Amino acid sequence: MSPLTIVFALLFYTATLLLVVGLVRRIRLYAKTPAPLKIATTPAPINRSGVVMRMLREVVFFESLFKATKWTWLFGWLFHAALVAVLFRHLRYFTESATLMAAVTFVGPLFKYLAFVMLIGLLGLWVRRLAVDRVRYISAPSDHLMLLLLLLIGISGAMTTFVAHTDVVAVKGFFRALMTFNFDDMPNLPSDPLILVHLSLAALLMIVFPISKLLHAPGVFFSPTRNQIDNPRERRHLSDWARKLES
Amino acid sequence: MAKADFEVPKLNKYPEIPPVVPGAMAHSKPYVAKPAFQEPLNFPGELPEDWKDGAIEAMGDLLGKYRSLRVHLDSCVKCGACTDKCHYYLGTQDPKNMPVGRQDLLRKVYRRYFTFAGKFFPKLVGAEDLTEEVLDDWYSYFHQCSQCRRCAVFCPYGIDTAEISMAAREIMDRIGVGQKYCNEIIGKVHKIGNNLGLPEAALADTLEGLEEDVEEETGVAVKYPLDVRGAEILLVTPSADFFAEPHVDGLIGYGKVFHEAGVSWTLSSHASEAANFGLFIGSYENMRRVSLRIREAALELGVKRIVFGECGHAWRVAYNFLHTLAGPLDFLDSRYPVPQHILEFTWDEIQKGTLHFDKSANDHMVITYHDSCNVARASRMGDEPGGQFKIPRNVIKAVCNHFVDMAPETIQEATFCCGGGGGLLTDDLIELRVKGAKPRVEALQNVIEAHGVTHMAAICAICKSQFGKVLPYYELERDMIVSVHQLVSNAIVLTGQDDPDQGERDPAEVKGESE
Repeated sequence: MSPLTIVFALLFYTATLLLVVGLVRRIRLYAKTPAPLKIATTPAPINRSGVVMRMLREVVFFESLFKATKWTWLFGWLFHAALVAVLFRHLRYFTESATLMAAVTFVGPLFKYLAFVMLIGLLGLWVRRLAVDRVRYISAPSDHLMLLLLLLIGISGAMTTFVAHTDVVAVKGFFRALMTFNFDDMPNLPSDPLILVHLSLAALLMIVFPISKLLHAPGVFFSPTRNQIDNPRERRHLSDWARKLES
Repeated sequence: MAKADFEVPKLNKYPEIPPVVPGAMAHSKPYVAKPAFQEPLNFPGELPEDWKDGAIEAMGDLLGKYRSLRVHLDSCVKCGACTDKCHYYLGTQDPKNMPVGRQDLLRKVYRRYFTFAGKFFPKLVGAEDLTEEVLDDWYSYFHQCSQCRRCAVFCPYGIDTAEISMAAREIMDRIGVGQKYCNEIIGKVHKIGNNLGLPEAALADTLEGLEEDVEEETGVAVKYPLDVRGAEILLVTPSADFFAEPHVDGLIGYGKVFHEAGVSWTLSSHASEAANFGLFIGSYENMRRVSLRIREAALELGVKRIVFGECGHAWRVAYNFLHTLAGPLDFLDSRYPVPQHILEFTWDEIQKGTLHFDKSANDHMVITYHDSCNVARASRMGDEPGGQFKIPRNVIKAVCNHFVDMAPETIQEATFCCGGGGGLLTDDLIELRVKGAKPRVEALQNVIEAHGVTHMAAICAICKSQFGKVLPYYELERDMIVSVHQLVSNAIVLTGQDDPDQGERDPAEVKGESE
């Protein structure tokens, strides 16, 4: 194994560990913190299946953002939808399942161009952040850097597909070895700069995920204004700390 | 036009998003509560020396108690969706009145003391130490939020600035920096039973006067009972209903509806207030103490149902929190909603056909309806989501011939706050109140011009008081604002009522005429 391969192996183990542990701890914190009062924004669903549908519309279509601002919705939704598609295509580096590989191969010719949609989405969001005085006012350096990070990951990734191919078989061998902890046949990671930039930044993204605004991803599911059932007259809603006030 | 020592915003034909003017409202601050107003609420009277530690400790405590606070402080991506949604931003242009700008005042301190990134890379993520300047900003701008939750409707993560404002006010209260208006009022409720400090004798007197007035006008002895044991319904209504215009016309209307429905009802001197300002200061304990008065009154009087009068935030607390704060309420009749809104009651009776109206009594008005924020976005009426929009309009249409809605982006769940909610209905914030009313008044002005609207009906004591005060600044009449039950009261034909023109009329006949 080349020193470079060892460095990246350690980097990805560390990044994965930080991502998983960080997210699990954060999600546990959200789940454990009580929501003592019913605060759903109304009109709200009056049963559980209604709440599931509301959440689905929020997560899949960005319903509230659509109501709020069409441009941000357009760029934000394009970015996220394309990101999902592009990530799906990345499964080919991690799976040996014939079905999944067939699916990835099937969508490949179309999905690989979605990288450009993703970049357009990100650029649109950045232009808005710079051009609209209200959004510029609320932006911290980290808000710009996050867009830069995502753009660089997208650009470097797209370049390995459209400009300078990397040895994808070796990349897959590298990640399969990491995932199975079987290092006997582990190939060396290709050393072309594009893939190294792409992988380094992806690892960085994983590391900052649980300590940054990317927490909006788990956060949306825990938002009491969206996930509560509107039934306070039918059922008493009482948190543990509030119950203690009653004795 | 009312006199102003500030610039009253100009109304536009089409809503526009103004450019940011940093610091435009930094001078706006309500009076600070004196120690005497803090102590009855179990808050310290003055800022202690170690106030920073106290504030951070209070923030930590609330982060552990409220999932909304924790998740909403973490989740914001600064997308900007909320930036043009707040009436105070639209009216003042101060960027700290953009919902996210307001949240960030608390969020930057949260990040500094409670997150990894803020502890180690404060500049990068916009984290800041808690300083006197920051506290100053908190006091100023968390008292420029009416907790109306319009921003929360549009946020892709449902981030609710009201939750953050409430937490900030609670933190400030816990370090002795309370707001005079809210805390003095809560003290009065704890001590006397209502926001106005109206004692039992005065209340009884007022109600007796109402009975005389109504009988004189209609010839029917409609009762406005107080502390009647064994009545079926306890009516809990904002204390403004007891004397101020147009509130009291609403109360007269509730009484007429109960009278015609043939139910026994009573007010309570112990719970002579529907409002619950504990909500505004984010204090669960105070909100609970105020709510418990209603439970105590219901038990003492032995009523079977609780009905709330026209009051926005009171209905939020009643609808969403009463069971939580003052439950279980299983001693009440479960065949009826617990609690019930007066409009639900009236609409039920209209559907049953027990009420008879002469709609022409309201023909001198063209009515529009202001959805109060807490009713629209934080409660429901009836069995279906959205009943809080339909039922008030149904009732208005049942008693008025001329009704027009304002622009769709300014009503229902997107309704604009009156500008005086959330504990800001005080003269020391008049500039904020006038400027914050701009988006609503703009929408009103447009239906005045397009449809000849003459009056705007509301179902919230704060909205009614606020509009009565601020409409003159926009060269509109203060008495344009009416209670929904005032319209009901105008049109209802009581059984056996005298008619000055045609002698005694048969209600059934009148109903036939109006259809």
